[in-house]
Amino acid sequence: MPGPKIGVYVCHCGSNIAGKVDMDALREFAAELPDVVVSRDYKYMCSDPGQDLIKADIKEKGLERVVVASCSPRMHEPTFKRACQDAGLNPYLMEMANIREQCSWVTEDGEAATQKAKALVHSAVNKARHLEPLEDKTVPVDPKTLIVGGGIAGIEAALKIAEAGKEVYLVEREPSIGGNMAKLDKTFPTLDCAACILTPKMVSVAQHPNITLLTYSEVEKVEGYIGNFEVTIRKRARSIDEKLCNGCGTCQEKCPIKVPNEFEEGLGMRKAIYTPFPQAVPNKPVIDRENCTYYKTGKCKICERVCPPKAIRFDQEDEIITEKFGAIIVATGYQLFDPSVGPQWGYGRYDNVIHGLQFERLSNASGPTGGKILLKDGSEPEAVAILHCVGSRDTNYAEYCSRICCMTSVKFAHLVREKTNAKVYDLYMDMRTFGKQYEEFYNRVVAERDIYFIRGKGAEVMQDPETGKLLVRVEDTLLGVFREIPVDMVILNAAICPRPDAQEVAQKFGIQRSADGFFLEYHLKLEPMKTANDGVFIAGTCQSPKDIPDTVGQGAGAAAEALKVVFAGQVTVTPTTAEVRDTLCSGCRICIPLCPYNAITFDEAKGVAQVNEALCKGCGTCAASCPSGALRAKHFDNRQLYAQIEGVCAE
Amino acid sequence: MTQAGSPKSQAAAGEGWEPKVVAFLCNWCSYTGADLAGISRLKYPANLRIIRVMCSGRVSPAFVLKAFHEGADGVLVGGCHPGDCHYLEGNYKTLKRKLVFERLLEQFGIEPGRFRLEWISGGEGDKFARVAEELVKTVRELGPLGSTAERLGRADGLALRAEGGGGNA
Repeated sequence: MPGPKIGVYVCHCGSNIAGKVDMDALREFAAELPDVVVSRDYKYMCSDPGQDLIKADIKEKGLERVVVASCSPRMHEPTFKRACQDAGLNPYLMEMANIREQCSWVTEDGEAATQKAKALVHSAVNKARHLEPLEDKTVPVDPKTLIVGGGIAGIEAALKIAEAGKEVYLVEREPSIGGNMAKLDKTFPTLDCAACILTPKMVSVAQHPNITLLTYSEVEKVEGYIGNFEVTIRKRARSIDEKLCNGCGTCQEKCPIKVPNEFEEGLGMRKAIYTPFPQAVPNKPVIDRENCTYYKTGKCKICERVCPPKAIRFDQEDEIITEKFGAIIVATGYQLFDPSVGPQWGYGRYDNVIHGLQFERLSNASGPTGGKILLKDGSEPEAVAILHCVGSRDTNYAEYCSRICCMTSVKFAHLVREKTNAKVYDLYMDMRTFGKQYEEFYNRVVAERDIYFIRGKGAEVMQDPETGKLLVRVEDTLLGVFREIPVDMVILNAAICPRPDAQEVAQKFGIQRSADGFFLEYHLKLEPMKTANDGVFIAGTCQSPKDIPDTVGQGAGAAAEALKVVFAGQVTVTPTTAEVRDTLCSGCRICIPLCPYNAITFDEAKGVAQVNEALCKGCGTCAASCPSGALRAKHFDNRQLYAQIEGVCAE
Repeated sequence: MTQAGSPKSQAAAGEGWEPKVVAFLCNWCSYTGADLAGISRLKYPANLRIIRVMCSGRVSPAFVLKAFHEGADGVLVGGCHPGDCHYLEGNYKTLKRKLVFERLLEQFGIEPGRFRLEWISGGEGDKFARVAEELVKTVRELGPLGSTAERLGRADGLALRAEGGGGNA
């Protein structure tokens, strides 16, 4: 019996494939394979004329299967599936051979690459022969979006979605939204204050009728899939009745317990009942139960006595919220590199060695010094050194460039000059001014008096035993001399790092991490907000170090991705599920506990297993374990995979 | 029991022998990792050929045996790291299976070095290239797998039983 008519389409991808693999040889090889009735090669198969070749052959030659040998199916499978569908061929009758990412790009030798490409095409043709038509199914989508992380990325995404008329839940772990941006003083290159541009957005979030704001809350569990995520959120007890509290602040004034304020990066203090900063949203305090005297000893309750609206609730419990969402945006931000891991920088040893976020707090008018740049002893510095690339671009710590430090350094230099009389030494490896108006800002600061830019990496910070001043050692690579610069304050521009719980968060949301530890996007350039988990998007510095403009851009982009899902109203789910062939099933039930989705049940009447296709995600674990071969993973069944194995081994 | 690098396997290798390695990679992590190796233009031997499955849990031991039967000299199974599985726990099933399966392979006279299970994330293009390089090198040193009969001959204890039992290859 003759097999189905197969067409093979070999793509050059410009010179990406054709530069390594012999296109003529591959096309001719494919033409000789059984059931192949047409074999063509073309410069760009994904282009319109390329797709038209396929469509024309389906119509004119009556092709029943299509094999495209080109890039990864992760790239263009949807393109070629659509082309087949347009020409009237079921899209599941198309198979791809990945001869770019997994052949031409990874192989040194052209002949070996051609041989490998033949094997991959043979494998794909073999599988194609056994493919069967499948029909996509659609399921309804929940119209709500969950955003995790209330920094500027999450805020931007929440506002965009809410303004588009869709409902949003914004979950933030801290007592207030605002994230790291709320800590900043002025922002480069325009020097507008971070709070001035951020707090209006924070307030809008709190007031928007489409946004449910859950602060002091964490996502505990995520189940389900695109369009139908089921999420469990723990809203931690604030120990305050938020409806009664009017944010007057009396409780914070009267509370007798002082502890270091996380928001002030250890430079200032807060009370045990506190709002992290004056512009906090929501402007309602929380009781830090670990430090509150009442929770430790059962006595005190001063806050309860002084609270005018009687809003203190010592017995409040955590609230567990379970909600359905159509899409999820993860915008969990970054953590600053801890410079104390490198003793050479003197951080943690010398009082006046601080990191970038600490400087932001010093310089901030609402910070611990009221915006004055002061040394630990309260005096003004006479000389300040700023070190770039602390932990970044360093194979001992983070290999990547943190992107923002050059510009924050320039900004710091300007702020020190604006607020003090100190000389500033800026120690840089390269000056990277990549953004709009950044080079102009740099040029402006270079021209300021008493700022010295020294090309060289700040290697070590020591203390002069005689003067007590800090000494910064640096090789001035432009002059070719080693220098020791005496200063009073050292600002370490530390790397932007993934948050310490990034792995846990990644697992919770079914996303992956790249080698640097940040969340992995679906495609570095073209799908920066998508992840491998459909319906889960990422935005901001959890994906890679970013400045504010790029973070805002990604927040808005992720909002567009989420809106795409929720406005569609329905989502296509793969028909590549498992099925039981009743006549083969012996009723042994081995498969039932193996299914992670509880999609397999036992039909007592028939004495066979059955698959609930709405629950099945098509992993195929059951099919691999069925002793009688009754369970079949559609699109990846034994016959198809055996044929593929024969194909790759034949060449 | 194994004949790695012995004169016999080298002779069997003959001139121009190139090992064949089949890699079954899960769609979400390892296959993406292999794509990333390409996007990063890392180089590894062309001997390794990839078959995509949705989850490493789909890789039945029969697929691995089938690959050896069809002339593969080595087999790689790639899955997501523990805890990262797109299907929650498919990779744990794969790991369980592997532990039993390796003992079975040994009984077939197939050296343990020819079969490898690796967790490779979508961000680990470098790891994928390294594993591919290592596995091809190991298999090259082990020499060609040879026919089933040859293999049983090498696993001498088993050869007797195969003859006794007859026709059970």
